[in-house]
Amino acid sequence: MSAPIQLQPGETFILNVGPQHPATHGVLRVKMEMDGEYIVKAETVLGYVHRMHEKMGENRTYAQYLPNLSRLDYLGALGYTHGHVLVIERAAGIEVPERAEYIRAITVELNRLASHLFWFGCYVMDLGGFSPLMYALEDREYILDMLEAVTGARLTYCYYRFGGLYNDVDDDFIEAAKRFIPRMRKSLKKYAALVTGNIIFQKRLEGMGPISAEMCRKYGATGAVARGSGINFDVRKNEPYSVYPEFDFDIPVYHEGDSMARYKVRMDEMEQSLRIIEQGLAKLPGGPIMAEKKPKNIKLPVGDFYQAVETARGSFGIRIVSDGDKNAYRLKLRSPTYSNMHLFDEACEGMMIMDALAFMGSLDLVIPEIDR
Amino acid sequence: MSLTVLNVLVAVVIAIGFAALNAAYLVWAERRGAARIQRRPGPNINGPFGLLQPPLDGIKLMTKQIMIPGGADKILFMVAPVLAMAPAILSFVTIPFSDTIVAHNMDIGLLMIFAFASMGALAVLFAGWGSRNKYSVMASVRAVSQNVSYEIPMLITAITVVMITGSMDLKTITAAQTGGFWNWNIFPSLHSPLMPLSFILFFICSLAETNRAPFDLGEAESELVAGFHTEYGSMGFGLFFMGEYANIVIGASLTTILFLGGWDCPFGLFPGVWWFLLKIYLLIATFIWIRWTFPRTTIYGLLNLSWKILIPLSLFNLLLTAGLLKVF
Amino acid sequence: MILETTREALQSLFAESAPAVEVEAGAPRGNGVITRDYNAHGYHLDALVDAEQLLAAVQIIDQAGFFIESITGVDWIKENQLEVIYDFSRYDFDVCRVVIRIRVPRDLPVVPTITSIYAGANWHERETHDFFGIKFAGHPHLIPLLLPEDADFHPLLKDFKA
Repeated sequence: MSAPIQLQPGETFILNVGPQHPATHGVLRVKMEMDGEYIVKAETVLGYVHRMHEKMGENRTYAQYLPNLSRLDYLGALGYTHGHVLVIERAAGIEVPERAEYIRAITVELNRLASHLFWFGCYVMDLGGFSPLMYALEDREYILDMLEAVTGARLTYCYYRFGGLYNDVDDDFIEAAKRFIPRMRKSLKKYAALVTGNIIFQKRLEGMGPISAEMCRKYGATGAVARGSGINFDVRKNEPYSVYPEFDFDIPVYHEGDSMARYKVRMDEMEQSLRIIEQGLAKLPGGPIMAEKKPKNIKLPVGDFYQAVETARGSFGIRIVSDGDKNAYRLKLRSPTYSNMHLFDEACEGMMIMDALAFMGSLDLVIPEIDR
Repeated sequence: MSLTVLNVLVAVVIAIGFAALNAAYLVWAERRGAARIQRRPGPNINGPFGLLQPPLDGIKLMTKQIMIPGGADKILFMVAPVLAMAPAILSFVTIPFSDTIVAHNMDIGLLMIFAFASMGALAVLFAGWGSRNKYSVMASVRAVSQNVSYEIPMLITAITVVMITGSMDLKTITAAQTGGFWNWNIFPSLHSPLMPLSFILFFICSLAETNRAPFDLGEAESELVAGFHTEYGSMGFGLFFMGEYANIVIGASLTTILFLGGWDCPFGLFPGVWWFLLKIYLLIATFIWIRWTFPRTTIYGLLNLSWKILIPLSLFNLLLTAGLLKVF
Repeated sequence: MILETTREALQSLFAESAPAVEVEAGAPRGNGVITRDYNAHGYHLDALVDAEQLLAAVQIIDQAGFFIESITGVDWIKENQLEVIYDFSRYDFDVCRVVIRIRVPRDLPVVPTITSIYAGANWHERETHDFFGIKFAGHPHLIPLLLPEDADFHPLLKDFKA
C-alpha cells in the first residue's frame, strides 16, 4: 500500500512542510522531495526558535539560569528543571530533604501526565479527530490548576531550588491530587474506548513508521520512541535518581516499533504516572522542604558533571563544565526530542505524506526543546 | 409562456434562498454540534444561541478583499468557487420536498442531480490547479480521485433503487414508497433483500462525495494545510464553504428520497414536507456527529474501501436485485 | 561488568597503560582512560584520545552496544584548545556512561566525523560546528543546523562578541 515505488528521475518536486504548518506543532521545517504523495527524501531544517540557551548558561549564575530550563519544553517543564537542580546538587554535594524529593517526584509526574495528555489530544487532531483534544485539555486543566496553586505558574515553572523547593504543598493540593487520580483513571478508559479502539485510528497507526531498536541506538532515541521499539529504557529505572527507587511502577515496552506502539507506550505511561503520584501522596513524609546547609551563592568545584533525567519526551541530559566560578564554564543541554526527531529524515523515506506526518506526531515533538 | 418562465424564476430564487439559508445555518449547527460534543459552548455571543453568527460571518467574508496569489491562473481561480456553489443550488430545483412542493419536476431528476454532483469535483480541480500551490494541487488530485471512485458505488446503488421503482423521477420514486413506513426502500423487500446494506453503502458514499470527515482528504488540514482552498479568502472561501453544506443537504435529501420514503409520514402527525425536513436534518446531524468523532482515513485506505469493498458489494446487490426482479 | 570490558577495550588503544587514577580536577592530563566517581560526576569512564584514535574508540563503543547521547564542545581558550566531548550511554540495566574527549588546537580545529558509525552524530556534529567552528572531516552535510544558513560566527567560543 504505502511501499516505496520505482522513481523516474527528474519527476520529483520539493515540498516545504513548515516552518508554519499545522502538523509541525511549532516552527519546524521539513524540506521534502516528493514524488506525488510519496516522500523520496526529507531534510529537517531546524533553528527557527533557537535562543542559545547554552550561551545564557555561561553568563548567568546557576540560580539565575533556573527559569531558562522551563523555556525548553513548555509542556513538561518541571522535568527539565529537575535535571538542572539535580546536577547542581550532585556537584555541590547538597543533601535534599526527603519531603522535597517526594514533592518533586509528584509534581514531575503530574507534569508528565499533563504533557502526555496534550500530546494525546494533538496527536489525534493530527489524524483528523478533533474532539479528543478538548477532553484531554479538560483533564490537563485540573493538573495545571493544581500546579499553579503550588508553583505559581501554569506552564513555565520555576519551582525547584538547589537543595529543595520554593514552596511547600498544602492540604488543598494533596486533596485535589487525590481527587484527580480516580477521575483520570476514568478518563483513560474513555480514551481507550473512543480513540484506541477506533478502527480508522488503528489502521492508520499499525505498521506505520517502523523504527528498529538498532536505529534507535544509532540515533540515540530515548523515551517513548525507544520503548515503542522494544527497548526497556527509562532513566527512572535504569539510572535511578531522586526517590524513584522507592516507588513501585512499571515501564511499558512494546516491540512493534510502529506509531501504534509509541502511542500505547505513552497511554500506559499515564497510568504509571498515576501510580507514582498515588504512592507519593501516601508516603509523603513531613519535615523541611529546604536543605539546611546550603551555600548562598553556589559555586561548583572544578570539573565536569553530568545528570540525566527522564522527562516526558525521553532522556534529558545536562552537562556542566565548571571552572570553579559562580556560573558554568560550559553548559550543554542534551534534549531528547533532538535525537528522536533526527530519526525522521531516514525513517520517513518512501512513506506517503499523510503517514509521514502521522509518524512525526508520534515522536511527540516540542520544537523549542529541539532548537534550544 | 411568460408565466412558465416566471414560475421557473421564482422556483430558482426559492431554491437559492433555501440553499443559502441552509448553508449558513448548517455552519452554525455544525459549530454548535461540535461544541456540544466537545463540552464547550460554541458560538453563543451574537444573538440568542449565537443565531446571528452566520449573517455576521457572511458580512465579514463579503467585505474582505479577494486576494489572488501571484502566478495563479486567475480565471480558474475565480471560476472554481462559483462552480462549487452553482451546481449545488441547481440540484435543489428538482428535489421534491413533498408531493406538491417541487420547483420543477423532471423525468430524469436523479440523473440530473448526479450530473451536477460530478461538477463539484471539477470545482475542486480548478481551485487546486488554479491556486498554483503544491498543497492545493495534491489535495485536488486526491479529491478528484476520491469523487470518481465514490460516484461509482453511489450510482450503482441508486440504480438498484431505480430498477425497483422503474423510474428516474424523484417524485415517482418517493410515491412508490408511500403507504406505511415498511414500504420504504431502506427495509428489505421481496425484490431486494439487501436494501439496508444499500442504504449504508449510499450513506458512506454520500459522506465521501461531500468530502466530509472521515473522508475529508481534500481538506486534510493537518497534512495539506487547508487542501484545495488554502489560497482562498473572503467570499471565495465562503462559496466553497457554503457549497459544501449545500452538498450535504443534497446528499441527505437524496438519501431520504431514495431510502427513507421522502415526504412519506409514518404517523401523519403533520404535513409531509415537515417529515421530509425532519429526515434530512436527522441525517445531517449524523453527518456532524460522525465528523467530530472519527479521525481521518488515509487516501489509499479510502480508495481501497471504495474499489475493494463498496463497488463489489454494490455490484453484487445490483445483480441480485436484477435477478430477483426477473424471477418474481 | 560492561564497565571493565569497555575500560579494557579502550585502554588497549593506548601504548603504555596510563595510570587509571582520578586526576585532580582541572589539572592537565595525558591521553588515556580514567574511571570517574559516578556519584560525584554522573559518568563512569572518561577517555581522552587523539584524532587518529577517535574512530577506533567509537568503534569499540559501538560494538559494545552503546547509544549516542550527545556531542558537544568546550572552548579552552587559555590553553588555546578546543575540546569535543562525545557522550555514550546504554539501554540496558548495566549502567555505564562513557565520555570520550578529544582536544584540537584552536587555529586548526579538525576532527574526523563519526557519522559513518553513528548516523545520529550528524546533527550533533553540525551543531558543534555551528557553535565552535570545529570542522568534522568527512561529514556529509556540514552546513549550519541551528544558526541561520549564512552564519559565519561561532557563538560559544569564549572570544565571541555579539
